[in-house]
Amino acid sequence: MVDIDLIEPAPDSFGDRIGRAAAVLSRFTWQATASGGDVQIAIGGRITLDEAPALWKRVAEVLDRVLRPEHVRVNLSGVEEIDGACLALIVHLQSTLARRGIPCELEGGSPEVRRLLALYSRRRVRKRPPRRPRSVTDQVGQGTIVLFTAARDGLSFFGELFREVLHALKNPGTLNLRDISLTMERAGADAVPIVLLINFLIGFVVAYQSAPQLQQFGANIFVVDLVGVAMTRELGPLMTAIIVCGRSGAAFSAELGTMKVSEEVDALRTLGMVPLRYLVVPRVCGLALVAPLLTLFADGVGIAGAAVVAATQLDVTPTAFLTQLRHAVQPWDVGSGLIKSVVFSAAIALIACQQGLATSGGAEGVGRRTTGAVVSTLFSLILLDAVFTLVFGAFGV
Amino acid sequence: MSDPLIVVQGLTLAWGSRILLQEASFEVERGDVFVILGGSGSGKSTLLRHLIGLEAPQAGRIEIAGIGAPQLDGSAPEFGVMFQSGALFSSLSVAENVAFPLHEWTELPPEAISAIVKAKLALVGLDGAQEKLPSELSGGMRKRAAIARAMALEPNLLFLDEPSAGLDPISAAELDELIAVLNRALGLTVVMVTHELPSILKVGKSCILLDAESRSIIARGSPKQLATGSPDARVRQFFAREAG
Repeated sequence: MVDIDLIEPAPDSFGDRIGRAAAVLSRFTWQATASGGDVQIAIGGRITLDEAPALWKRVAEVLDRVLRPEHVRVNLSGVEEIDGACLALIVHLQSTLARRGIPCELEGGSPEVRRLLALYSRRRVRKRPPRRPRSVTDQVGQGTIVLFTAARDGLSFFGELFREVLHALKNPGTLNLRDISLTMERAGADAVPIVLLINFLIGFVVAYQSAPQLQQFGANIFVVDLVGVAMTRELGPLMTAIIVCGRSGAAFSAELGTMKVSEEVDALRTLGMVPLRYLVVPRVCGLALVAPLLTLFADGVGIAGAAVVAATQLDVTPTAFLTQLRHAVQPWDVGSGLIKSVVFSAAIALIACQQGLATSGGAEGVGRRTTGAVVSTLFSLILLDAVFTLVFGAFGV
Repeated sequence: MSDPLIVVQGLTLAWGSRILLQEASFEVERGDVFVILGGSGSGKSTLLRHLIGLEAPQAGRIEIAGIGAPQLDGSAPEFGVMFQSGALFSSLSVAENVAFPLHEWTELPPEAISAIVKAKLALVGLDGAQEKLPSELSGGMRKRAAIARAMALEPNLLFLDEPSAGLDPISAAELDELIAVLNRALGLTVVMVTHELPSILKVGKSCILLDAESRSIIARGSPKQLATGSPDARVRQFFAREAG
């Protein structure tokens, strides 16, 4: 007969030391003895959640060390008190051994212990089909299906939206003006401070970074051309779009996603409203109307940031700055930026609303779709900007 | 001679790729309080979504008299729906929620709409809650407000999804009483999904019981009949609230 308690491993890890300390402090007893293939474990004392770590360590030791027992008996006669969590660990021992083909009997115990044991030993065996590993072909196929389904849904959404925009143009009275003005206020007026601050800093930083290079060639005044053209054609619309995407795109997606999961969109449909017409068109229109204004503000403060650097670092007076600005920045520079801003804002609203209305699965789904909307929109903005650059370049403007 | 308001024939419906109900047929008579029963996952709410046109059936036909197949195509609603959570528009007050369909589908002046809203809210016992937001209401009040909104355009057919689910017994009984009154006094046909036995027995006039395993309707008749004398063990088990 071998007392398994005597076979202690060398305390070579922090976990082992903690386990030993827990065993010393525990209020329960665990005596395991082996005779041939039979292993007998006698458990006693008060075993509550505080003792669970020590108990778990004992259970794990048996499962790890008793390699080939033919039979395990666990005697619970000495148990004065045991709670559900600890009993679950003992049942785990039994079921794990059973899976290895080793019978494990739980014997003895007070009526309370037996009742609790019966409760935790209840098994609902449901045969599940074994999970087969997915082949690379299967994964690629599934991925392709998901990709095409998303593309189809997106295309279908834009098609339906186009129809609704046409409907709104033919019947202006059906437009949800309340939501248009609300969108203009939230996405436009409320965004002015952050748009002004960020674009001022962008203009300031671009001018500051380029100042030493320009000074080397005595081309201080050309900081006006650099920042003026960059802000109006590129940075103003792009930075404004990124801010609008982070503020309003995420808000649209979360708002519509929450409406979707709380059945408000379904309720809207049963009240005879078309969600695209009622929810999406106003947001697209509101954002497309307000984005050019924000972009104009962005252009102005970006150039103002550069003017500060020009005056303090490059000895360019405000009068000289304005005179050079009139020559450097042409109406088309501002116009092309405004065209971009309209397209960018429409893309933000469309992608955010599409993601919002595609939400399913509760709060987690709202979060996932909101993240997806922001990421997709940022990618689309950069892509659209590249397309604009190529198209404007092809036309020489 | 029967005069069904809703006729469902050979309906097969699915949730994703999972078939929930196959070849189901039933009729709802005018003035009925028709209860769709079944255990969790049997497709009760999905069937309701098909009846109101939110989902298209895989096969089969749904006809609502005077409407044909239900289609939510942006035209004025012909029936009212109360969703399980109430689905009130969270950015609008209770009064604005009830007024919403009236603003959208009638030419009534604001004063008239306001008077109708007051009357509807009084009918459902929410006189003092007009200016409250949905988030300020209890579950039972939200459901009452949703019923008021569903009835704003005077439909003759009302769909209710789990009206008394999640309510305390008193609120649930009050809501049941409201449904019974609407049915009796206004002649409203009510189709409701529920598995609350007190509600079923109190307001239901006829019912069907869906079974998830056989994906079919396993019983139909009056709730009292089914509760007391069904030969089918599954029906007896359902009404006796016994675990499987």
